[in-house]
Amino acid sequence: MKKDSKTIRKAFRCAFPHTIPIFAGFWFLGLTYGVYMNVSGFSFWYPALMSLTIFAGSIEFVTVNMLLGAFNPLQALAMTLMINARHLFYGISMLDQYKGTGWKKFYLIFGMCDESFSINYTAEVPDDVDRSWFMFFVTLLNHFYWFSGATLGGIFGSLIRFNTEGLDFVMTAMFVVIFMEQWLKEERHTSALVGVGLSLLCLLAFGQDGFLVPAMAAILVVLTGLRGQLAQREGKV
Amino acid sequence: MTFTQQLITIGMVILGTVLTRFLPFLLFPAGKPTPKYIQYLGTVLPSAVFGLLVVYCLKNVSLFTGNHAIPEIISIGAVIGLHIWKRQMLLSIAGGTVCYMVLVQLVF
Repeated sequence: MKKDSKTIRKAFRCAFPHTIPIFAGFWFLGLTYGVYMNVSGFSFWYPALMSLTIFAGSIEFVTVNMLLGAFNPLQALAMTLMINARHLFYGISMLDQYKGTGWKKFYLIFGMCDESFSINYTAEVPDDVDRSWFMFFVTLLNHFYWFSGATLGGIFGSLIRFNTEGLDFVMTAMFVVIFMEQWLKEERHTSALVGVGLSLLCLLAFGQDGFLVPAMAAILVVLTGLRGQLAQREGKV
Repeated sequence: MTFTQQLITIGMVILGTVLTRFLPFLLFPAGKPTPKYIQYLGTVLPSAVFGLLVVYCLKNVSLFTGNHAIPEIISIGAVIGLHIWKRQMLLSIAGGTVCYMVLVQLVF
């Protein structure tokens, strides 16, 4: 038992630094979201419980609009599936990594937001650190940052007065760094270029609100088409 | 919207989110061999997805109006430069963010 708690503490200490940028980003975005719900007339219980149970940033902002509009549960479901379809890609990428994580697997999948996925996929966990606990704490900490930010925003939101303009760039910066880390690690950059190129093309063609699903479809089609070439050179699958 | 309707709406959003997260794991359980095609996707998708996420973060930026994405371009340059120079994740992220905040608050 003593050894267990040591393993757990070690994994926590290893995971925490990886989540610091997310703490900054989620507190900023979470506070913004809480304030937004607050000024839209909802009590702080809404952002608190929604951040805990949904835990997917962009759709939570959209949900505020849905709650203010006419009752249309099917549209709510369809909208969520479209905005969150990118999680399917995360799941496919994490099939192996989440294997053998025991009871933690359920929570790891439940809490697989963009940021948890990105860190858990790319982080180089030292050999003497338990990987499943590491991923668990990354997910849990991110979940906690988002929940606490959203709740505090809902309670105190309208009182905050310091100039945080531009702080949301921390998320962009983080994804740029993660993209670079992946870039430096891989031998061939075909997939990375396909991802950036097709996303930009679809953004230009479909606009900011509708580009996500076409971009994913295009990425899927092109990567499938390149399978013969890419799979062969990598010498596996 | 009544309280019950609100609960149903939020429930739908939870259902949709959980579905997108669990579906791959339900379709390809750990006990069975994963199809070769899905394994292939699992190895090539992440790079493309990280590219997609960068673009997704920048989707509201306009090249042609406002400040023409100059703060974004400079700050991403700073992130890349810092990361090539020191390869310290936190330093690159913090440096780029501070650069962006200074630019949008004081310069533009």
